[in-house]
Amino acid sequence: MNLDHSILTILLLTPLAGAAVLALLPEREGSKTHAAVALVVTLLTFLFTLHLPWHFDYAAAPGTFQFEKNLPWIATPAIHYHVGVDGLSMWLIVLAGFLAPIGVLASWKAVNKRERLFYTLFLLQQVAMIGVFISLDTFLYYGFWELSLIPMTLLIATFGRTENRRRAAIKFFLYAFIPSAILLVGMLWLYARTGTFDLPKLTALAAAHAISPNNHALWLCSLAFLVAFAVKVPVFPLHGWLSENIQEAPTAAVMVLAGKLGLYSILRFSFGIFPEQSHAVAPLMLALGAIGIVYGSLMALVQNDLKKLAAFSTLAHVSFVILGIFTFTVAGLDGGTFQILNESLAGAALFVLMGLLYERYGSYDMRDYGGLAVRHPWMVTMFLITTFAAIGLPMLNGFVGEFLILSGTMQSYVMHHVLWTVIATTGVILSASYMLWMIQRVFYGPLGLRAEEVKGWDLTAREHLELWPFAALFLILGVASPYWMKAIDTYGTIVATKPDTMAPGEIKHIETETYRTTGTAFMDPALGAAAQGKPTPPVNKGARY
Amino acid sequence: MSPNLIAILPEIVLTLTAVLVMLADASLAPGKPRRLLGWVAILGAFAAGSFSLWQLRLVDASGPITAYSGTVQVDAFSVFFHLLIAAIVMVTLLGSLDYFAPPAAMAEHSETARLAYTHVGEYFALVLFGATGMMFMTCSVELLMVFIGLEISSISTYILAGFRKGQGVSAEAALKYFLLGSFATSFFLYGIALAFGATGSTSIAAIAAGMSTTHTPVLALLSVAMILIGIGFKVSAAPFHVWTPDVYQGAPAPVVGLMSTAPKAAAFAVLLRVLFNAVPTLRATWLPLILALSVASMFIGNLGALMQRDVKRLLAYSSIAHAGYLLAAFTSTHPEAVASACFYTAAYAAMNVGAFLVITELSGVDETMRTIDDFTGAAKSRPYLSGLLAFFLCSLIGIPFTAGFFGKFYVFSAAVHGGFTWLAVLGLLNSGIACFYYLRLMTALYSRPLHGEVRGAMARVTPSAALGLAFAGLATLALGIFPGPVLSLVQRAAPKTIPIISSAPSSSATASLTNGQ
Repeated sequence: MNLDHSILTILLLTPLAGAAVLALLPEREGSKTHAAVALVVTLLTFLFTLHLPWHFDYAAAPGTFQFEKNLPWIATPAIHYHVGVDGLSMWLIVLAGFLAPIGVLASWKAVNKRERLFYTLFLLQQVAMIGVFISLDTFLYYGFWELSLIPMTLLIATFGRTENRRRAAIKFFLYAFIPSAILLVGMLWLYARTGTFDLPKLTALAAAHAISPNNHALWLCSLAFLVAFAVKVPVFPLHGWLSENIQEAPTAAVMVLAGKLGLYSILRFSFGIFPEQSHAVAPLMLALGAIGIVYGSLMALVQNDLKKLAAFSTLAHVSFVILGIFTFTVAGLDGGTFQILNESLAGAALFVLMGLLYERYGSYDMRDYGGLAVRHPWMVTMFLITTFAAIGLPMLNGFVGEFLILSGTMQSYVMHHVLWTVIATTGVILSASYMLWMIQRVFYGPLGLRAEEVKGWDLTAREHLELWPFAALFLILGVASPYWMKAIDTYGTIVATKPDTMAPGEIKHIETETYRTTGTAFMDPALGAAAQGKPTPPVNKGARY
Repeated sequence: MSPNLIAILPEIVLTLTAVLVMLADASLAPGKPRRLLGWVAILGAFAAGSFSLWQLRLVDASGPITAYSGTVQVDAFSVFFHLLIAAIVMVTLLGSLDYFAPPAAMAEHSETARLAYTHVGEYFALVLFGATGMMFMTCSVELLMVFIGLEISSISTYILAGFRKGQGVSAEAALKYFLLGSFATSFFLYGIALAFGATGSTSIAAIAAGMSTTHTPVLALLSVAMILIGIGFKVSAAPFHVWTPDVYQGAPAPVVGLMSTAPKAAAFAVLLRVLFNAVPTLRATWLPLILALSVASMFIGNLGALMQRDVKRLLAYSSIAHAGYLLAAFTSTHPEAVASACFYTAAYAAMNVGAFLVITELSGVDETMRTIDDFTGAAKSRPYLSGLLAFFLCSLIGIPFTAGFFGKFYVFSAAVHGGFTWLAVLGLLNSGIACFYYLRLMTALYSRPLHGEVRGAMARVTPSAALGLAFAGLATLALGIFPGPVLSLVQRAAPKTIPIISSAPSSSATASLTNGQ
């Protein structure tokens, strides 16, 4: 039987069915049935996601979608159940699949009451997330996009850490919902102009400048899309919800709170439907990205609260991605997309580790800690590995992403790109400072207040199980990045465009250079050829930088 | 059977059932259980709905049925609203059996229940009479007939609002509703009189034809404005909304579910007929009025709801806001506009009746749970009911894969089609404001109880109530995932009955005349 055409639907239905089972399963005090069922369901989902890289056709023409399914859903307006995967979304889906079982494991002890509610919502969140990544119909996409808000809001409101949880949850919802409402108007407007919600069709229309002759309206529409996504990322001035909610949310929820949904949406929808407007707004986004990196890093430096530190480091890391993708260079786009994976993995690992500390000592305040390395040799090891991945130590994954992004910015033709590159590069130093300082404050030096009182234990078998996959992936993604790039690059090369002034030969030259300097000796030579042999994408005549 | 009788068969069935229930109630000894009467009423509503479906087959076969000298017209449009009203009545009755006619064991605990116990037959009969009036409103193409229907439905709902006997708030609600309501009805009647003055007829088709030749266009304008005020009151559109919060707060919860949906659906049906069928030529005049009503309702409803602590008042303000969203559909001339308005009435009915039924179940006959604080932590003791309420609230917010989302989606896409993108922006911004208060309630359900435990009814949900809840829940879900069948019905309803006129008004009006007869 050929799974290719139904695999995406199966990916959606597995967690959905799991959620339904969990909701109906009676709850008993002290039983771990719900957690176990959730673990099985998420592992199963992860297994199914692996089908995608296994059967992905790397030779397919760039810009085409695989594992596609297109069924009419509603006749008028013409809404389709259209799902598909390309090089951009494939690894993100696998990532979502990978993080879910870890999230369940991380909640195993942390969530000990109202487990039915927790795991049901967690699986619904999983459904919404996978749905966002696979939808190719803007309407369907919007459905999952909005749906992702509800489980997260309830998770934060119910399982938040402090008394502030309800306020934080509502803040999260409003921050995300109001721009999304305007996004819906944008989609309705697009539908009124084009008569379709289908993303590939819209992309084709956009490339042919056939959406609307009204430039002004197009601009407003593109902003409606971009702002809605930027809030969810979050991009620098729109990050008001982030730190509060990262502080409140339980570990499993925090792992999927920021970053990938919004970034993916920018790459897929803003770049796909509004290429010209995205190019034109690039100088601003580059600036915001660079400011976000420095601002986030500086804020992270002065935090005493571990979760706040992680929140601002998240802001800095997603800003790196923003910086990369808005350069519209192959290196920047590839690096940015790759960095989404890195950021999610490193962030998730960091949150899991912090959660472990909290389980043991009941505090996220660094002033309570100190000298823990004596008691937790394994934990400090994992903390260090994660830190190195996050700050971009060569050999680990973070380095590949950051390097590609920064070299992409340098090659870019956006205004003041050298300035922004220089500013962004300081982020690398700053991130090393705050992360290493955190390690020092928590694990070395004199024993802190709590450490005296509580006898902590080192990692248990379950916790080892949660953390080693991360460590392994950091290394594998770092040394074998071309395996991932192979898919991501099929997307990056079609979005990257070059301005008129540059001869095609030079671009190719730069790309080759980039790949060589990234130290990816493992690079598949066929891929390099493929990347360079791509027909140059349509040149953007209207855009001026 | 004569075509006349066929045309009003659902109404006849409802009336007969209601009379039967009332007589049976009078002949039963006081204190005897009257639960069975409720089931008879439910059956009556079901039969009325079935007959409407049968009418649809006749309409499909041989075009719209007109009866009683052209005062009643049965077409896909009227059948849609008949079905909707019958469904609302059935679900409300299912949900209110325990409220008004509880099983004997339950009634002993509650003072209110014992008081209501003696008049419960009247309740069932009044609901059916009200439904009869609403059905007449939707199938009449003669304004005087519409008025009679309006009166029948209004008077029933006035009494129903006061059905929590022995409670001051309920009596206040009924009186307030009655005084303001009769005032508004008189506006409506005055509007009809002025339309007659301007065109020499009260038939919708004749008014449409007469509008282009009238010598007194001022009268015509005034009549439209008056009718708009009358209907605006019934659908609780701002600035005619002042009665809503008080009445919703005082009336019994299941009755609120009914009267916030069914009479509104009927009133919107009348408004659609009047605006698009009778006076499409005056679109330039009534469009600004509709825009003003829509924007005012959205803002007053949502901002008002932000201040509320009482859950029923909160939902009252939310229903004002939803009237505003619905009015946004009227701004379009696109055929989808009428269809989207119809769809929204159905979507709103499903989720709002559902929400009020859950509140009925949660807070019981004595309505012990009033404010958001009272609902705090309800999910702990009653997980399924709370989950259901959260689901209905999601739908009211407009979260995808629920009825509310498609409702909003169609309404605002109609507005965008009509060229009113700014209205869609305002409307969706408003739904952003709205989610603040819905979420406050929703997160409260899932928080820790404030006073150790939640007050309110702890009785098990009886099968009848569960059936009603399941129906409302499934309808909300189905309209959100497979809106196709309902959508195709409303789309069929829209072009046939209501010709969308943008240019060449007079010829189109006569076209509708010939089409309709």
